Amino acid sequence: MNATAASPPRAVDAEAQAGRPAARARHAYVSVEGIARRYGATTIFEDVWFGIERGEFVCLVGHSGCGKTTILNILAGLEGPTEGAVIVDGAEITGPSLDRAVIFQGHALMPWMTATGNVAFALSCRHRGWSRAQCEAAAREALKRVGLGHALDRRPAELSGGMKQRVGIARALALEPKMMLMDEPFSALDALTRGSLQDEVSRLVTETRQTAFMITHDVDEAILLADRILLMSNGPGARIAEVVVNTLPRPRTRANLHHMPGYHALRDHVLDFLISRSAAFDAAAPPAGWAPRAVPEVRPAIESPPPPLAAE
Amino acid sequence: MASEVPFWRAAALSLLLLAAALIAWELAVMPRAGGGAALDPEYAALLGQAAAQGGTTPMPGPAAIGARLLELLSDPFYVRGTNDQGIGVQIAYSLLRVGAGFGLAALVAIPLGFLIGMSPLLNAALNPFIQVLRPVSPLAWMPLALYTIKDSAVSSIFVIFICSVWPMLLNTAFGVASVRREWLNVARTLEAGTWKTATRVILPAAAPTILTGMRISIGIAWLVIVAAEMLVGGTGIGYWVWNQWNNLSIADIVIAILMIGVVGLALDRLLGLVAHAVAWRE
Ligand SMILES: Nc1ncnc2c1ncn2[C@@H]1O[C@H](COP(=O)(O)OP(=O)(O)OP(=O)(O)O)[C@@H](O)[C@H]1O
Ligand SMILES: [Mg+2]
Repeated sequence: MNATAASPPRAVDAEAQAGRPAARARHAYVSVEGIARRYGATTIFEDVWFGIERGEFVCLVGHSGCGKTTILNILAGLEGPTEGAVIVDGAEITGPSLDRAVIFQGHALMPWMTATGNVAFALSCRHRGWSRAQCEAAAREALKRVGLGHALDRRPAELSGGMKQRVGIARALALEPKMMLMDEPFSALDALTRGSLQDEVSRLVTETRQTAFMITHDVDEAILLADRILLMSNGPGARIAEVVVNTLPRPRTRANLHHMPGYHALRDHVLDFLISRSAAFDAAAPPAGWAPRAVPEVRPAIESPPPPLAAE
Repeated sequence: MASEVPFWRAAALSLLLLAAALIAWELAVMPRAGGGAALDPEYAALLGQAAAQGGTTPMPGPAAIGARLLELLSDPFYVRGTNDQGIGVQIAYSLLRVGAGFGLAALVAIPLGFLIGMSPLLNAALNPFIQVLRPVSPLAWMPLALYTIKDSAVSSIFVIFICSVWPMLLNTAFGVASVRREWLNVARTLEAGTWKTATRVILPAAAPTILTGMRISIGIAWLVIVAAEMLVGGTGIGYWVWNQWNNLSIADIVIAILMIGVVGLALDRLLGLVAHAVAWRE
């Protein structure tokens, strides 16, 4: 299989492309090692292992209630796992860190601060020595980068849903974090706003090679943004059932995405998982080749009929 | 509904009602042909003791009260000995006591409420005490205060303190406890630190609730100061009212009622302005 022809320009190295998840996990920037979350006798998820490399964009897809937000909160350091650990940059996560910026589902802006104030507050936490004026100037720059130059002094109540989410994105980007964690950042938005923000985030991550972990329910969004898509089985007792490698070349936009060879195979594969395989997955009798520490990687876009060379 | 009523119409109706009430009042207190024999029972009840004792002090009409009001307000701040001071001086005394008691209460209640709101343990531990002490009429503390403090001025400040501390304490604790989890999570992911989180996130988030507590407190404090000053005497608008009652100066009592109402309204409006300044909406 000629993997290089279709490999994305920013993608992981050839060895990882060859599919050695266990080996990858050892060198990854983030290494999730056997985490579980239990409430009493109920196991939400367990034995979850995966890694995230520097510069990689990973999406987590799964049905409601399987524990995605919990995993993201554990990565953020906002809560701890019942079992297991998460290693970032060689050290175990013990709490939140400015290195891992979170874009919250409900934008989570402080309503008593203006857009600039919200970003400046984050910056004042990041750069303790900066003066107020410095923070505000940098905040205005960050807001201009996400197209909010005209709404700098408005409070969240005076912003539309899409603009609020943009402020949240600007706040996270302004921190220049080592990693972005996003919990369904666009799910509360209307389709048009969502689309333009997706393109924008796609552009920003491609330009800056931002390491990112994102939860989404939107399959196209995952395909647009992710290098790898983690598919989570239904809870209780959810696991990472499959890892889908997105081999579609970058830059990707919503306009060109569905013309790309392999796109439909990729999309169908993820949808099929959500519709039937996620419920059927049983960790006690897993599919051939599945192991919690070595979840099989699949490349539907190049393993299926259309020849990868057509991507040229 | 209410917002659709034009301001001038409401104002015109207010003035009309006021004029009607004043005219009715004036007519009602006009000396009658038959003399004082035909007092109706309500009238007698209004006059209270004086009427019951067969006193002859007539209920003044609005005109007489207006004249007296002008007289009092023409020189509100005179001081002629301890027992003869202008109405402005008396109100100032009351305001000073309310300010001191309320200020001390805020200094205690807001930080303590913060701690209670942040710590479920402290909340549960202190709740029984608060629940028992809160419904106690502040005046019930007066004898104890007089006995322990042995100073009537400080005792009335203490009573104000006691009555204004509870609403502020409970509202602060409630406001702090109900700060959105997501804002706290933002602060945590920003590694904002305890002090910065408290001052930049929790305080502004809880400020509207805290201000509501402060408004309730100042309202109660202004109610209580009148009663407290009636008890301890000496100075203050409450003492002044009681003094005028002993002098049977009914006009002065009516004026005092009016002044207490106006000052209470002003205090509430003042805190309303602060509340407006710290309000936020989503
Ligand atoms: N305190 C709790 N006690 C018991 N169960 C809980 C508690 N908190 C969360 N859960 C359960 O944990 C599971 C995972 O929740 P989580 O928010 O991580 O789901 P999610 O995958 O993000 O769902 P969604 O897609 O709807 O956001 C849910 O089934 C929820 O019911
Ligand atoms: Mg969720």
